[in-house]
Amino acid sequence: MKTIALSWRYLASRPLAAGLNLLLLALGLAAITFVLLTRAQIDRAFERDLAGIDAVVGAKGSPMQLILAGVFHLDVPPGNIPLKAVQALAQDARVAKLIPLSLGDSVQGFRIVGTTADYLSHYGAQLAQGRAWQAPMEVVLGAQMAQATGLQVGQAFAGAHGLGGGGAAHAAHPYRVAGVLAPCGCVLDRLVLTATESVWQVHEVAHGQGDAHDEAHEDEQREITLALIQYRSPLAAVTFPRFVNSTTQLQAAAPALEITRLLRMVGVGADVLRAFGAVLLLTAALSVFIALWNAVRERRADLALLRMLGASPARLAGLLLCEALWLAVLASVLGLAAGHGLTGLLGFLLQAEQSLPLTGWLWLGVEAWVPVLALGVAVLAALLPALSAYRVEAGQLLDSR
Amino acid sequence: MIVTHELRYRYPGGALLTFPDIEVPQGGVLLLRGRSGVGKSTWLALAAGLRSPSAGELAVAGQSLVALTPVQRDAWRARHIGFLPQQLHLSEALTVAGNLGLAYFAAGLPEDRAAIHAALDALGVAELAGRKPAQLSGGQAQRVALARAVLMRPQVILADEPTASLDDEAAQDALALLQATAQQAGATLVVATHDARVRQALPAALVLDLDAQNGALPSSKGRR
Repeated sequence: MKTIALSWRYLASRPLAAGLNLLLLALGLAAITFVLLTRAQIDRAFERDLAGIDAVVGAKGSPMQLILAGVFHLDVPPGNIPLKAVQALAQDARVAKLIPLSLGDSVQGFRIVGTTADYLSHYGAQLAQGRAWQAPMEVVLGAQMAQATGLQVGQAFAGAHGLGGGGAAHAAHPYRVAGVLAPCGCVLDRLVLTATESVWQVHEVAHGQGDAHDEAHEDEQREITLALIQYRSPLAAVTFPRFVNSTTQLQAAAPALEITRLLRMVGVGADVLRAFGAVLLLTAALSVFIALWNAVRERRADLALLRMLGASPARLAGLLLCEALWLAVLASVLGLAAGHGLTGLLGFLLQAEQSLPLTGWLWLGVEAWVPVLALGVAVLAALLPALSAYRVEAGQLLDSR
Repeated sequence: MIVTHELRYRYPGGALLTFPDIEVPQGGVLLLRGRSGVGKSTWLALAAGLRSPSAGELAVAGQSLVALTPVQRDAWRARHIGFLPQQLHLSEALTVAGNLGLAYFAAGLPEDRAAIHAALDALGVAELAGRKPAQLSGGQAQRVALARAVLMRPQVILADEPTASLDDEAAQDALALLQATAQQAGATLVVATHDARVRQALPAALVLDLDAQNGALPSSKGRR
């Protein structure tokens, strides 16, 4: 009989104790896997959505709010800004690219964003169906949005006022779907994109401004929500935000700075969860230790008999270690599965809120450390019991009377 | 066969045991007699290679144990010694067949299920292979323990107080079974006992009486 088979039989002979130890160890590993997966995906999502955006210019207020609203579409923007002021910034020598964004409406909870074709090309978006918008009131749907709502090319829909959904419908100004984007794994997946003019058209008419002023006056009055800016040179990062913040009524926020701040805040939560996982692992280690220690005590006669039958001390120690390794292997499988399941569940819940995209199907290289960690914990917990088994003497069977 | 010459063992505490010389032929029976604590267990431990003699010669199954390292003695014991402890020590975590499989684990050999079945069958308990020890009667458990002892076809069987706590009839049966099994396996049988009934049941056995050689030691516990 092999050590691996015998250790399994011994483990299976105590199903309750083995099950509880397995559960504890698996929970600790699941918590750590969950933190690894969510943190990596949040980092990746931020990196992807932030790529190539050096500054966000919008109304004065919280810079983080501006970034969250403008780049990730997770928050409401602080307000609108005059188109004229943005056009002036676009002429600034330090600005290589400026993408205007106009927010304000949504459909079934998905934001309608008025912008230019530059926004699509910035993220390298590809059309899966139809074409890009060519006139106001034509829209292109993000892949996730199209899948969730079932809207298809050629269909019309009315936007609702407000970003959260549930606002009054702009029924008089329906949008028509011109195209659907292929999934890009970026923020565009959950947006409805249209020309900036569409947003103006809906709101100016809705607010009774559409027919009373001439073109020039309209331009004077027009607003957008914010602008994404790419610098011509990294040196601009030093002067441009200061210039905007001190000389205009606008606010310039640096995404890299704000996201670092945000991740530091999110990081506290991740650290807490990681610490929780570590405590669970420590508890599991202690529990495995106690279980194995008791197993050695209970099985002292069995072990002594094995010595009498010719098993070497190392073989007995190996038997105990093997029991711990069984726990580690099973806990690794369960912990990884539970960690991925939890992440998938969270992703599913967040998807319903059109929030961060998380999946349980992602496998990270760093997860290879999870079984290593489990093995380390199990071996550490089994060391003393294994040593105790190593020291068992067959002579005690002869001295039992 | 077993041959000892001026065999001595000194406990770490200092007490010295001296054993009479003996020569037991292969297939013979040796009765190791003496009061509790007189050194029977130590003699068994020496013969099984669990302890090293402090002095003298000890050859078991043609092997001088003095020359072997502890690891070599373990491997040698797994192949050549069958052991029947006073308390049978059948593991409750395993089935009857699993308990016999422990002999293969100890020897580091792949389990031979046919041999396990044959050993159980020879002792009339093959139908119990799948049961747990708690489901066995006392007699059945003893047969299973004996099957485990002879499974590896040892050259020497060491039986430690095999009749303790048995009534006369059961003791008679146990000894008859033990002797028959040893004879069938062609093994030398050593029975350590302080039970006078054993001498009557094994009249042809050589006797090594340790009472005459050593005074009783203060305690048999805690000595290694």
